[in-house]
Amino acid sequence: MTMTTVAQQNKAHRPSVHDPEGWKLRLYIAGQTPRGATAFANLKRICEEHLAGRYEIEVIDLLKSPKLAAGDQILAVPTLVRKLPQPMKKIIGDLSNELRVLVGLDLVAR
Amino acid sequence: MKGLRHGRAPTHKGRPAARENVKLHAGLAKCPTGISGLDEITQGGLPRGRPTLICGGAGSGKTLLAMEFIIRGILDFGEPGVFMAFEETAEELTQNVASLGFDIAALVRRKKMAVDYVHVERSEIEETGEYNLEGLFVRLDSMIRQTGAQRVAIDSLEALFAGLPNEAILRAELRRLFRWLKDKGVTTVITAEQGRNSNLTRHGLEEYISDCVILLDHRITNQVATRRLRIVKYRGSAHGTNEYPTMIDETGLSVLPISSLGLNYPVVKDRVPTGVPRLDAMLGGKGYYRGSSVLVSGTAGSGKSSLAAAFADSVCRRGERCLYLSFEEAPSQIVRNMASIGMDLGRWERQGSLKFHSARSTLCGLEQHLVSLHKLVNRFEPTAVVLDPVTNLSAVGDLDDIKSMLTRVIDFLKGRLITAVFTSLTEGDAASERTDVGISSLMDTWLLLQMVESNNERNRVLYVLKSRGMAHSNQMREFVLSDRGIELVDVYTGPGRVYTGSARVSQVAADRAEALVQEQAAQRRRRELDRQRLTLEAQIASLRSQLDAAVAELKTGTAQDKARLQTLTHDRQALARLRRADRTTRGNGT
Repeated sequence: MTMTTVAQQNKAHRPSVHDPEGWKLRLYIAGQTPRGATAFANLKRICEEHLAGRYEIEVIDLLKSPKLAAGDQILAVPTLVRKLPQPMKKIIGDLSNELRVLVGLDLVAR
Repeated sequence: MKGLRHGRAPTHKGRPAARENVKLHAGLAKCPTGISGLDEITQGGLPRGRPTLICGGAGSGKTLLAMEFIIRGILDFGEPGVFMAFEETAEELTQNVASLGFDIAALVRRKKMAVDYVHVERSEIEETGEYNLEGLFVRLDSMIRQTGAQRVAIDSLEALFAGLPNEAILRAELRRLFRWLKDKGVTTVITAEQGRNSNLTRHGLEEYISDCVILLDHRITNQVATRRLRIVKYRGSAHGTNEYPTMIDETGLSVLPISSLGLNYPVVKDRVPTGVPRLDAMLGGKGYYRGSSVLVSGTAGSGKSSLAAAFADSVCRRGERCLYLSFEEAPSQIVRNMASIGMDLGRWERQGSLKFHSARSTLCGLEQHLVSLHKLVNRFEPTAVVLDPVTNLSAVGDLDDIKSMLTRVIDFLKGRLITAVFTSLTEGDAASERTDVGISSLMDTWLLLQMVESNNERNRVLYVLKSRGMAHSNQMREFVLSDRGIELVDVYTGPGRVYTGSARVSQVAADRAEALVQEQAAQRRRRELDRQRLTLEAQIASLRSQLDAAVAELKTGTAQDKARLQTLTHDRQALARLRRADRTTRGNGT
């Protein structure tokens, strides 16, 4: 997979990829926008809180690799895609509503 | 603009008016769709570089229109295009249009076209906070760059309303999208579902797209589906405002312009024989005008089809082509029936000069009949067309619809100088001079076939009710069908009565008998006179002989008298001598 931006900030959590319990998250943004930054910050915080040590975040800038948008059916920006564990989940928006994010990621019951 | 000339719409031919109008509105650049007829009523195509909204109900042909706009743009006008689908996957779209002969996969390989299927599933989407639809823009932009697209189709944005929870964001983003598309300079077609009430679209997209709005309609009347297209608005351009009949068939979408924009079809003085010599004689001696429309109306069984077939036969006999559209009978049945009156239509069909097209009128809507007529005529290029019978169309449309359809048929055929014979069934009493579909005023020549009932039999008579532009006979003729074909016979007109059929024959016989009687009477009178003359002559002869006798008698009498007198005188002298009488005593003797 050709990734444009693998989030450098979370290298510490890399072993989680091979962990059967590991979470693989992909955040789609379009350019360096405040909203994209907010989304990433929110995501980072939530992951640290709930998935510490077993997650990986991949950030994809659609302006740099627009062809990736079709693969995950991205319309809204920012969009967070839970690639693993299955099934795939999509959360759109800047992730400012933490409860909704947790619900969307199945980290809390609906 | 230069693409305009490439319009594949066959009706462009012979319609210079439409092209002139395009020039007049050259201020607004147009983007031809290549869809038959649509470029005519939009006078050149969709507004170039602007979005056009196509709305309509389910199954009204929105997707097809959008797809044809893109594919014909590539094939006919060399403009690459992008198709963004929300409802069908690229594979499904490819399959759907393969039947029209469009190969999407090949176009995509040649980088002339890009197809993107956008899947929005609300249940998979959790919304948390602010977002925009940049992803959509990115995907469109990527495809436009990749192909160098000048045309974009988005089918249909409605899916977004179902898939995205926040309508406020969506609306703001759509507004931005249309602005963005305009800035890109691409001509865009956006489809949308028709709204329930008077709204054009369910989600009010017409608020954002105001340059051009086209409404597709698909309605069912009497269980028959009819497609129509209407241009609701077209900013900055004149356009046809009617509802235009539309058809989807194996060549895609076609829109039929109502061609009666002006009554300026070519007119010729050329005549076409009717196939019945006596009828030609009634129509100024030469038959119908070429390119005229002829109505043959009459009650059931009055011989309308036979008259129409005779015309078809004569057309083929002259080596021209004739198209026979039948709404009641199968071709083989027509051939068989006409063979019974001595017309071999099968031979023309085998030679390819006669083409039958039989379809139950209820098979499809009027518009579809109209479109298939257009197609058949364009393909077969006949010089004559028979529609038998047009009244059958009333099963699929009301009178106004039929009249408007026939007006279009007539205009279309006249524009091509095709002579058309329509048969029309009149109901009820034979004297009815009205046609059930009220089309007689459209016709140039109207022949009326009537059944005359008398002496327990029904006989056919034919009149020419009208025939524009020729001195036609005002006489009624008896229309006789026999195994030798159609014959027109003078009807017998007696005092205050018209005799046909056996009545005519018996009347003629009676007349002959009466003439014979009179002849005999005259002979008798002549003989009588002869005899009288002879008698008189005989009398004259006898009188003359009497006269002669009398004359003769008179003569002999005189001679005898003289002789007797002489004798007497002589005797007396002799006696006197004997008596020796004194001469002087003679005279006073006793």
